[in-house]
Amino acid sequence: MSDFTPEDRPNALRRAWDSDLAYSFRTSPVALVSGVVATLIILGAVLAPLIAPHNPFDPATLNLMDGFTPPMEPNAFTGNVYWLGTDNQGRDVFSTILYGARTSLFVGFAAVLFAMTLGITLGLIAGFRGGWLDGLLMRVADVQLTFPSILLALLIFGVARGFIPAAYREAMAIWVLIVAIGLSDWVQYARVVRGATMVEKNKEYVQAARVIGAHPVKILVRHILPNVMGPVLVIATIGLALAIIAEATLSFLGVGLPPTQPSLGTLIRIGQGFLFSGEWWILAFPSAALLALALSVNLLGDWLRDALNPRLR
Amino acid sequence: MSDALVRIEGLSRTFDVSKPWLNRVIEREPKAFLTAVADVSFEIRRGETFALVGESGSGKSTIAKMIVGLLAPSGGRIVFDGQPMTGTDGAAMRKLRKRFQMIFQDPFASLNPRWRVGEIIAEPIRTFGLASGAEVRREVARLLEVVGLGARDAAKFPHEFSGGQRQRIAIARALSSRPEFIVCDEPTSALDVSVQAQILNLMRDLQDEFGLTYLFISHDLSVVRHMAGRIGVLYLGRLAEVAEAKRLFTDPRHPYSRMLLDAVPDLAMTGRRRKQVEGEIPNPIDPPSGCAFHPRCPLVADRCRREVPRAVPSGDGMTACFAVEEGRG
Amino acid sequence: MSEPLLSVRDLVVEFPTRRGTLRALDRVSFDIAEGEVLGMVGESGAGKSITGSAIIGLIDRPGRIAGGEIRLRGERIDNIPEDRMRSIRGRRIGMVFQDPLTSLNPLYTVAEQLIETIRTHLGLSEREARERAVALLDQVGIPAARRRIDDYPHHFSGGMRQRVVIALALAAEPELVIADEPTTALDVSVQAQIIDVLRDICADRGAAVMLITHDMGVIAETADRVAVLYAGRVAEIGPVRDVIQAAEHPYTAGLMGSIPTLTQTAERLTQIPGAMPRLDAIPQGCAFNPRCPQVMPRCRTERPDLLARGQGRQVACWLHAREGVGDV
Repeated sequence: MSDFTPEDRPNALRRAWDSDLAYSFRTSPVALVSGVVATLIILGAVLAPLIAPHNPFDPATLNLMDGFTPPMEPNAFTGNVYWLGTDNQGRDVFSTILYGARTSLFVGFAAVLFAMTLGITLGLIAGFRGGWLDGLLMRVADVQLTFPSILLALLIFGVARGFIPAAYREAMAIWVLIVAIGLSDWVQYARVVRGATMVEKNKEYVQAARVIGAHPVKILVRHILPNVMGPVLVIATIGLALAIIAEATLSFLGVGLPPTQPSLGTLIRIGQGFLFSGEWWILAFPSAALLALALSVNLLGDWLRDALNPRLR
Repeated sequence: MSDALVRIEGLSRTFDVSKPWLNRVIEREPKAFLTAVADVSFEIRRGETFALVGESGSGKSTIAKMIVGLLAPSGGRIVFDGQPMTGTDGAAMRKLRKRFQMIFQDPFASLNPRWRVGEIIAEPIRTFGLASGAEVRREVARLLEVVGLGARDAAKFPHEFSGGQRQRIAIARALSSRPEFIVCDEPTSALDVSVQAQILNLMRDLQDEFGLTYLFISHDLSVVRHMAGRIGVLYLGRLAEVAEAKRLFTDPRHPYSRMLLDAVPDLAMTGRRRKQVEGEIPNPIDPPSGCAFHPRCPLVADRCRREVPRAVPSGDGMTACFAVEEGRG
Repeated sequence: MSEPLLSVRDLVVEFPTRRGTLRALDRVSFDIAEGEVLGMVGESGAGKSITGSAIIGLIDRPGRIAGGEIRLRGERIDNIPEDRMRSIRGRRIGMVFQDPLTSLNPLYTVAEQLIETIRTHLGLSEREARERAVALLDQVGIPAARRRIDDYPHHFSGGMRQRVVIALALAAEPELVIADEPTTALDVSVQAQIIDVLRDICADRGAAVMLITHDMGVIAETADRVAVLYAGRVAEIGPVRDVIQAAEHPYTAGLMGSIPTLTQTAERLTQIPGAMPRLDAIPQGCAFNPRCPQVMPRCRTERPDLLARGQGRQVACWLHAREGVGDV
């Protein structure tokens, strides 16, 4: 990328390991445990087709006789044993969790990416331009902040569905959901980036670029953006946990993903119907997975915020 | 006439420091303006070091920013080598920009912490399209050596350097577009004295080597004494006196120049007392009437409270003071 | 010689980090006599502010005093519990910092802050304390002190605020005032005023002053003696005139030569090559040896101790090791 990157490339890994951030990670038990848990879940989700005992959404692999098998017990009819039991249709709960986490994580990452891109762009412009544009964008942000974001996501989701022909609704549901969650969450990024941009743009290195007449877009992208990314990463990490929960909430309420594309939220909605008839595992394990995922990502975000804060070092 | 590279003519700048519109309406306050620079004129000759000295609120940094185009003047104009800079745009401005550069006060803020030193120094070269490819690398290596660093330092990041070394990097960046004129805004005030000496010496050597013209901004009279050929003394946005350095230090005319000189601590003054200086700098939002210095001036007369003194040429410079004008000084 | 007011012996302050322990101060020793103004100079990172913090027991964690002792009138104060230290801070040792805003609480009027300090430490009545506060403000040169005492800190200009801080530091009649860069944030024309106030008022009350600054000009005018710090060690101590005009340590000599002055018009300033080492890379032997123009083989291996040279001068340099040892 750069003409001045040193030739001794192999040292990059060594340097990363030696960096203050890596050290802080290695010496923080909370960060380590959260990191391991989050990595395991993400790996499990990504590799679901490879490690899941079977694809729970392929009707060909399902046997209704396997339904309602409790965890670690042989099924009364088929004698099959499932670690985490099966649900009413005989789907292996462990497999549904892997596939569900896959959907949840995809929606979470995509929503965060969407919110981040939108928020960073608007924040950079507002902070750099200032004036009426800044005022307008920030008032919009203020207004949006007065609504609970889940309500906003519901609203956006509902309106968007109204515009989509019925035939495409199922296929488009996941994208609509991503946009809905992303749109309800850009404000934080925009505010933080705007504030940081206003600080950075007055620093002398930006003035030095302006003295030689560098183009404003170049100043924004090459000078300011890299220097405002620290806090953005923190928000993005915590935002990922929130997006996953938002998706689960919407799916739980039945307005999110269709049962053909279940996420952890959908699984929890299905499972809650069986809680009082004794089949607790159908609800408990997906819930535990969601909790572990959201909590570990959130704790990682907290750690990152502290680790990047020079005053707490 | 003399060979002026930069001519400043009646330069002014006011800042709107009003509260937001809604607060003003509710609190029934009028708009508030701060006059940072008022009707300042001087010229910088080719090859010389012209210094602007003043305390906080004197407007010296505002003038520097207007000259390099970081701030638009509210009035007056800046003429660079016969070409007015105000109102010039596009290609003509680009050509002009190539000919001047700036060195900033804080070497910790003036280098982008995420860029390698080589990239930082190469930015002006690339922006002005002065070289490309391996040529850029060679040029950066050469510049690093010119300022007393090594070619290998190009691959490092700014945080790997001390304050003095960073200021050398900033100087290398300023030199990279081969400018004729460099505005130096307090280039050593963030550095320790022993490092300051290195940087000042380097700047003098570079001036001799490349025939540079400096505008040197500082609050430190001893540093200015060491660097400048001619000096402008600013007080609350106005020029009080412009004089050749030697004359200013031996025979300051404006009462503020005298006061400033008396206030400088000097190593030779062990145990001796500086002359007591009365009062402090007034609030620039609400400056005194007439001559802004009159509340602190030992030579104050009625006229000073009413009228703003004009610049009266004296020798190679000028003085803006009624007392000097009327021979009371 | 009578017992010094403050005596610091072999003070070591360390900051443990993950890349090893940094020694911010390494066997620093000096005395401050009753009523004396000791200047403490050095470049940034030399350890002058940490010396001040160590004396008042306010070193930022995880830093700690790892060796040596600090005595105030013969009584050790480096290892006493925090509650006893608190009664010494403010009462027996006053403090003036660079930024007046950090020493003054913006939510209380100047009167409230002064009166509280006076009453806590001197046990006077409200009325007596107020009288005393007005008198103090008057002495530090605040015009119309009786009227202005009920103003908040932000009503005062920078110079006036620093005067208030000086009044506050002296409110409890301390024996020692530690002033850390008291004029650095002020304009030149105001600096002189503040230095005069600080010097005069301390002289009036017989309070000793430890004046920490990077500005040799301020030291030259104000201090009786000066200690020069380099890389956490004392390079040289002596009467201010002697040190400035006839420095014995090559670092001090270089430092003095590098300061531009109004009277001298040399084309080039004397410059010391290089920069002060970072705390994690202090060279073996004398810390100054890589930059020293008079370096000898011995300087690279053995650290010179601070040795008495007569007339109250001490220097840590092998150039002066053989002669003059032993006379105090």
